[in-house]
Amino acid sequence: MKQDHYADVGLFPGKSTALGVLGFILFLVSLPLYLPEYNFYLLNLMIAHVIIVVGLNILAGGTGQISLGHAGFFAIGAYGTVLLMQKLGIPFIPALVLAGFIAAFFGFVVGLPALKLEGPYLSIATLAFGLAITHIIGHVDIFGGRTGIQAPPLDLGIPQWGLSYVLSSDVQKYWLFLVVALLMAAGARNIMKTRVGRSFKAIRDSNVAAGVMGINLPAYKTLAFAVSAFYAGIAGGLFGFVLGFFNPEPFNLVLSITFLIMAVVGGLSSIAGSVAGAALITYLQFSLLKNIDEIPYFGTLLTSISERWFTDEGLHNIDSIVLGIIMVIIIIFEPSGLYGVWLRIKGYVQKTPRDTHKAGEV
Amino acid sequence: MIAQLILEGIATGACYGLFAIAFVIIYKTSDVVNFSQAEMAMFCTYFMYHILSLYHVPFWISFLATLGFAAFLGIMLEYVFLRPARHSSTIGLIGITLGIEIILMGLAGWKWGAEQKEFVLPVSYSSTHTIFGDTFISDWAIALFVTTACVMTALYFFFKYTKPGIAMRAVQQNMYAARIVGVNTGAIFSLAWAMSSVIGTIAAMFFAAASTLDPQFMMTPFVRAFAAAVLGGIQSIPGVILGGLILGVAENVFGYVWPDSKPIVALIVIVLVLCFRPSGLFVRHYIKKV
Repeated sequence: MKQDHYADVGLFPGKSTALGVLGFILFLVSLPLYLPEYNFYLLNLMIAHVIIVVGLNILAGGTGQISLGHAGFFAIGAYGTVLLMQKLGIPFIPALVLAGFIAAFFGFVVGLPALKLEGPYLSIATLAFGLAITHIIGHVDIFGGRTGIQAPPLDLGIPQWGLSYVLSSDVQKYWLFLVVALLMAAGARNIMKTRVGRSFKAIRDSNVAAGVMGINLPAYKTLAFAVSAFYAGIAGGLFGFVLGFFNPEPFNLVLSITFLIMAVVGGLSSIAGSVAGAALITYLQFSLLKNIDEIPYFGTLLTSISERWFTDEGLHNIDSIVLGIIMVIIIIFEPSGLYGVWLRIKGYVQKTPRDTHKAGEV
Repeated sequence: MIAQLILEGIATGACYGLFAIAFVIIYKTSDVVNFSQAEMAMFCTYFMYHILSLYHVPFWISFLATLGFAAFLGIMLEYVFLRPARHSSTIGLIGITLGIEIILMGLAGWKWGAEQKEFVLPVSYSSTHTIFGDTFISDWAIALFVTTACVMTALYFFFKYTKPGIAMRAVQQNMYAARIVGVNTGAIFSLAWAMSSVIGTIAAMFFAAASTLDPQFMMTPFVRAFAAAVLGGIQSIPGVILGGLILGVAENVFGYVWPDSKPIVALIVIVLVLCFRPSGLFVRHYIKKV
């Protein structure tokens, strides 16, 4: 039980959680010591996805508004960062933050219809936004059109002043990404624990009741979109440098759906859940399911099934099938996602029954 | 020239409207926005392509078989995926239909590959009849108008005079009250999904005949049909058709002037209508009780 206000707003609810988080951070920091270099591409991708899913969770888990346009904010972040660096010569870190704010501005604009809409209508409006962004990027020359653009070298210093510190390998980028992700996660935790986050949750539970209590609905609803889009923009900026070379193609509706799947699988309204969901789905999508035909026995079986009943080259489609099934199963059987599973395990392990109410229903 | 543009716009718009009816039926009956509608229709169209091209079944038999398959698919999806989750929140329901969407997309991609296929209807897009001057109409458009009219009439009689139709209207108004007076709501949900899947599949056949068949071909029509539905007010079937026609014409005229920006029209329409008249142009404003 929390006894006072400061216990509730603290960064960690208790000593054990603080130790757990510290251990997890140490584990992440120690990874480059023993993990082979080629894994870090995947890890960087995971980190970018973790950041955007944490942001999506502020929106979906926090205020209960659903967005199918996050691939659009992601694209704004990626293109924004690269173009600010290339065309205006802004160093990486200001460019990244600036791109985040550009995305946040668009998030604010998308949030305006959210004042009147809810549920399915809102998701359609955001979906329209996401598709429009991809279309515009694909048709305007400055964005490189359909061919795409090349990200410049990731330089942490200010190259114009001769201070140059180029991150070239995936491991070096990993350090940077890790720091950014930790900052963003701590930020999200603070947002959700303080006045703003509590207002978000009040809006989620009842729009009208929140308004009656004196919460400024227009301000907080658009703020939720802006914050979420800011996270998406930062994640997109990093994502651009993971890929190195990108075009509008990957920022499609399926990507937005994938982000939503990550958030739902992890558990809405839980930051640890978002991290787990994003990491798990990214691993499934980009590692396990991508090379599913190389799994011993099972992969051969699938390949032969594929050749006998399906098309030979279509086996890679299995990832969307599996992701879809995971999504449906999670929503039907464990609406609080991996976080809910964790709470349940914790409940079984702990001898004394504790406060195990579900944190945030989907 | 302008008459031609408008005529083509009306034809495409009717197709949007037809497809929009499909998810309006589900939305009205069970308050679920079915994001998997496009992929259900795509999957059934592939089914038809498959039996047409592999087994060389006569067109009408395969057409009827496809409609049967569509109804079956709709009922199955509702029964397996949505019924266990009926008490989920809006996010949960949207999530489930999105899940179905990518499952079906993956299955189609696995079974039939990502390359574009040619889907042929007996009514060709290229055989045309001159109406007056340089204005002409294709067989495709004529068949589409006839089909839309038939579907609308059938729906009118269904909702007005048949017992399941009246029961469905009762469920739309108040599910619990309908259940109390003895309506089998589960069966009504199944029926709604079957009808919507069948209508969506018919629309998808027209779309496929006008373009090509690939696992993502229904994505764009889906968004546009949704714009049509939003424009007409998602609660009314005639309104949705009217919304489709308006959108089709607007898009065609706009696309003639700025060909590059044609896909944006539907998106702008969605956002503007939702911002300023969320209940659509033709429906009275609907106020939700707390």
